[in-house]
Amino acid sequence: MNTADNVVEMRSISKSFNGVPVLKDVSFDVRKGEVHALAGGNGAGKSTLMKILQGVYQADAGEILIGGKPIAINSIQDAKAAGIGMVFQEFSLVPSLTVAQNIFLAAEPLGTGGLIDDRAAVRRAREVFSEMEVDVDPRAGVSRLGTAYWQLTEIAKALAQNAQVLIMDEPTASLARHESEALFELIDRLKQRGISIIYISHRMDEVYRLADRITILRDGHRLLTAPLTDVTPEQIVEGIVGKKIEGQLSYRARDHVAHDGAPLLEVRGLNAGQRVRDVSFSLRPGEILGLAGLMGSGRTELARALFGIDKVDGGEVLLRGKRVNLASPQQAINAGVALIPEDRRAQGLVLEHSVQDNLLLPLLGRIQRGPFLDGAKAKELSSSLIKRFAVKVAHPHRPVRLLSGGNQQKVVIAKWLGTDPDILILDEPTAGVDIGTKSEILDMIRELASAGKAVIVISSEYPELLAVSDRVLVLKDGSIIRDIPRSEIADEEYLQLAVQGV
Amino acid sequence: MSKANTIAPRDTAAPRNFGTILKDLDWRRYVIYIGFVVVFLFFAVLLRDQGFLSPNNLLNIFRQTATITVIAVGMTYVIACAEIDLSVGSVAGLSSVCTAMALSQWGLVPGILAGLAVGLVVGSINGALVSLLGIPSFLVTLGMLGIAVGVAQWITASAPQPILNDTFNTLFGSGNFGPVPGLVVWSAIFVAIGAVVLNRTRFGRQVLATGGNRNAAEFTGINTKRIKFQVLLISGMVASVAGMLYAGRLQSGRFQWGSGDELSAIAAVILGGTSLFGGFGSIIGTLFGALLIGLINNGLILAGLDSSQQQVVRGAIIILAVALARKK
Repeated sequence: MNTADNVVEMRSISKSFNGVPVLKDVSFDVRKGEVHALAGGNGAGKSTLMKILQGVYQADAGEILIGGKPIAINSIQDAKAAGIGMVFQEFSLVPSLTVAQNIFLAAEPLGTGGLIDDRAAVRRAREVFSEMEVDVDPRAGVSRLGTAYWQLTEIAKALAQNAQVLIMDEPTASLARHESEALFELIDRLKQRGISIIYISHRMDEVYRLADRITILRDGHRLLTAPLTDVTPEQIVEGIVGKKIEGQLSYRARDHVAHDGAPLLEVRGLNAGQRVRDVSFSLRPGEILGLAGLMGSGRTELARALFGIDKVDGGEVLLRGKRVNLASPQQAINAGVALIPEDRRAQGLVLEHSVQDNLLLPLLGRIQRGPFLDGAKAKELSSSLIKRFAVKVAHPHRPVRLLSGGNQQKVVIAKWLGTDPDILILDEPTAGVDIGTKSEILDMIRELASAGKAVIVISSEYPELLAVSDRVLVLKDGSIIRDIPRSEIADEEYLQLAVQGV
Repeated sequence: MSKANTIAPRDTAAPRNFGTILKDLDWRRYVIYIGFVVVFLFFAVLLRDQGFLSPNNLLNIFRQTATITVIAVGMTYVIACAEIDLSVGSVAGLSSVCTAMALSQWGLVPGILAGLAVGLVVGSINGALVSLLGIPSFLVTLGMLGIAVGVAQWITASAPQPILNDTFNTLFGSGNFGPVPGLVVWSAIFVAIGAVVLNRTRFGRQVLATGGNRNAAEFTGINTKRIKFQVLLISGMVASVAGMLYAGRLQSGRFQWGSGDELSAIAAVILGGTSLFGGFGSIIGTLFGALLIGLINNGLILAGLDSSQQQVVRGAIIILAVALARKK
């Protein structure tokens, strides 16, 4: 390989934590102006490798070359100076500052007398945005902008610091489809300007759309680096998971749906806030109902209303034919409803607490003996949940923060299924989860339905939605515009058109 | 602790020696106990001729820290829940005054009830303002600090209210239960109940979850508003008992009793390893935090430092201990 073309070259990187090897002799390089996809299951070493490049961790062995010259990256500042920019998955912006202030945070242009020259900052931010060919007002307060603009600000921030290499970790995770498309176009333009991009994503279509080459890591080893024209999607999936998964994303008809039985849940003319308008549907035991719709179509808001988080303004909800008042999550839980929220870190888990404490939080009533919590019962219950849901954790007392995304999501699901709900609502249950865990989660959903529960799945990934749903409701502007049985949906395209309202 | 061997990887068969076990041990969690022992030994050697180790002096340390310990137990709940209560010191003062006045008017039981009523009322107001109106507890309790001490000074016209009821004085701080000073028994009771409730009950777990991630707690069906209300109510009630302990020990009610205790209590809680950002709390740690402060006060007095020097040394030790205990 010609070293001169490589903007970044990481040679034989090894790293271990507490004696556990996480990266073993991994080499990775990025050429000028290329998009290099980085893939691998949870715990494969992707984020560790990237953190070494960003200066968060230091490698135990191996070297890093930037522009062909060996360089020591001992801090985030070193990485920045070397032209490495990171577009964070959890955005690293200060909401109370403006876009321009964020872009030049800690690198503010100074005017006369060493005071910050805000006007120069705004002017330079405008230049950066116009080079990116996007329209963002540098004077707008970040807190008032949508997520897509946060991301653009993040990218502008990296570019303003002369980043030559941008690391993007699941950049489309929180974007609507048209926003993702805009991002892809931006990435194309950045490429043309000679900016290199390391693109971490679990979404195969994005990788094929964008990347020139792909590197797959498994268990801390580099499995392969190859141009995307030379690898098939099956090869990538196989590389990540380690075995061939066939049909994990294909629909399997289940005969457990009680078509004639009384509905478990009936929603009549539900109104809540601006985003849920006159929604009516029913759900039978054993049924999996998919909710499709664009960002802002009211999917999440419907789930929140059903779980008693958002106030219901009108309409009624019936459980087993009886009217229920779901004014708070407590009431919803008591009625047998569980919600797996879309943001597991902010809404699903107490990150600093242990896996066991998180698992048992909704189940404290079950481990009580008299007024006290019973330690032995707690241990027993949490171990059984960990086992049943195959959560990979060394010890139940480890903080849940240390787990990989997929395992964190399993903890959230396990926590709720421990309550044995009749109706389970899952909001984006596989966001940011590797493909192996994803198929496990989808299998869990199918099993639950087969056991007679009713399940509502919200997802912006259509293949996933089509893989599990028996019926799909399409929402637009807070109302249900289509109610389609799975058998009538031929393929993803059909659903796509339905969601677009064509 | 057991962490050391559970994270051992499958493929490294090398036996773990003592050095690596020691390295893996999360000693920051225990820094308060280490600090306590170090300071204790330091004084024990340095002040051996000044009677530091005499049983009387050691009991004295317990006695002098009892009210702070009691207040700090309540404060642990508040801080673990990611709130703060700055009004505890003046609640203690107001409680001592109300107890003394009701005691001389109507007798023992009304006196005690009057003291508790102060905690109930102030704690409820704090809790309601924080949980229902969403005003930051820092501001609510800062305002209440002034209100409570002002009321105490106003209704007594700044005059001390003597307590002549021997039963009350014996019960609340002046007397002994058997060979053990009453104040020590009081703080032991509060620490024991506080520790059990925080670690072993549903309520305690919900307090920690609310402090750790209020959003996730809310999505889990925990009524976080109620939890916030409850911790502030507890803190107020506990502070009012501390006020009665002042009243009993000093045989009078006075608006100055307890003034400044909020800061000592917060220091004790943080020294004890409770996170200032919520989510973690240790009552036993708090006890040792309070004892460490008492130990330092006592040792510095015996060492002959004047009060200005004491303050400097005390401040430095607290900063040092918290610096050592902080997470990397």
